[in-house]
Amino acid sequence: MLWDWGYALEILPVLAKAAIVTIEATFLGFLIAASLGLVFAIMRMSGPLVAGPVTLLVELVRSTPLLIQIFFLYFVLPKFGVTLDAFTAGVLALGLHYATYCSEVYRAGLENIPRGQWEASTALNLSSFTTFKDIILPQAIPPIVPALGNYLVALFKETPLLSAIAVLELMQTAKILGSETFRYVEPITLVGVIFLIMSLVSAVGIRWVERALNRRTAR
Amino acid sequence: MNSSDATPMVRFENVTKRYGSLTVIDGLDLSIGRGEKVAMIGPSGSGKTTVLRMLMTLERIDGGVIWVDGERLTHVERNGRLVPADTNHLRRVRGKIGMVFQHFNLFPHMTALKNCMEAPVTVLGMKKREAEERAAELLAMVGLADKKDHFPSQLSGGQQQRVAIARACAMRPKVMLFDEVTSALDPELVGEVLNVIRKLGAEHDLTMLMVTHQMGFAKEFADRISFFHRGKIEEDGKPADIFGNPKNERTRQFLHAVLDAG
Repeated sequence: MLWDWGYALEILPVLAKAAIVTIEATFLGFLIAASLGLVFAIMRMSGPLVAGPVTLLVELVRSTPLLIQIFFLYFVLPKFGVTLDAFTAGVLALGLHYATYCSEVYRAGLENIPRGQWEASTALNLSSFTTFKDIILPQAIPPIVPALGNYLVALFKETPLLSAIAVLELMQTAKILGSETFRYVEPITLVGVIFLIMSLVSAVGIRWVERALNRRTAR
Repeated sequence: MNSSDATPMVRFENVTKRYGSLTVIDGLDLSIGRGEKVAMIGPSGSGKTTVLRMLMTLERIDGGVIWVDGERLTHVERNGRLVPADTNHLRRVRGKIGMVFQHFNLFPHMTALKNCMEAPVTVLGMKKREAEERAAELLAMVGLADKKDHFPSQLSGGQQQRVAIARACAMRPKVMLFDEVTSALDPELVGEVLNVIRKLGAEHDLTMLMVTHQMGFAKEFADRISFFHRGKIEEDGKPADIFGNPKNERTRQFLHAVLDAG
């Protein structure tokens, strides 16, 4: 028999546990991506002394495979005295990688704010911090939520790469189960289905956030 | 009367502004007294708006010094030498200046009331409740008491511009700059905005600088008219003299052109 329901049910709790690791990696990674991305975007808007190096870093990260970056953080950094456990290294790599994509999205959002908004802020003597926090970001973020949401889902779907450094997320767990029993059909299929369900759920979630933001901002 | 009454509220001292090789303001000297209402007129590209933008620190100047209320805005003295002012200095001095823009530049994600509260709360450190009371008063002054919870997109152009005036007033500036504030409005909405400016001028001891194409309003409202041409003031005087008996040939040509068109 190709599909063994008994075995599938037996491994489901193990995979569910691994799914939690996947979700944790996704959210922590995206938290880093979203905040670091904003920092990159703002730094790229300031003087060339700051913008230059940041642009270089962003291009470097964007132009190299995520898997290499994961390996770099996990296997190469210890040579420089920085030892990270697999989960931390993986999450940092995911976060950094997607931060560079997010920074492009933020940049587009920030550039879309009319100059008049900055000028009115200057005329009212708002500090740069207040201008960003109260005037620019609340206008820049809502339109880019869909794009950021896409990267959340993309990041989520890249988490199996963490299996390469033996983080016990879904994919790694499925591989271990498979190698123990020589049955790969059930674990791998279930992992696929779990990813599918979670992707669909998050897509709905993102659309909900989008609508909520539009209700607040569009009139 | 104290001695400071003699100091001009705003003074441009040999101010120059260039965009690349184009000189838009050419060694401008201009003094504006306390409470004085000056209308700047002239053909487009003559530098009037740039004068306001330099004063609001939206444009850096390439030469000269701007003074506000008896102190330098653009420069500070350090070891006996004048150096360009840092952000802290700019923020302190430009707090005396408010500006109303051609395209209103209201914050679209805030209600009229919130637009008028943002700066008093975050810059002046005013309590929310006090800022709200004052914002409501100011909106009432511009005739929009019933629109305080509306967002800018729910208001007409004239109403938006009146909110923008209230918002600028909330910072209690000593100098108000009006940059073609009726140019983006439908003709039937111009009057309500000009009325608010008239009221502001009558009730408050504000120094006002305006760039305008409303010659009738300039003539009636301003104490003084400055005619700009190619980055320089060609003629400057009382409205009656400028409009009634312009001495400068260019002023004459300009007034002919705009008054004939109107």
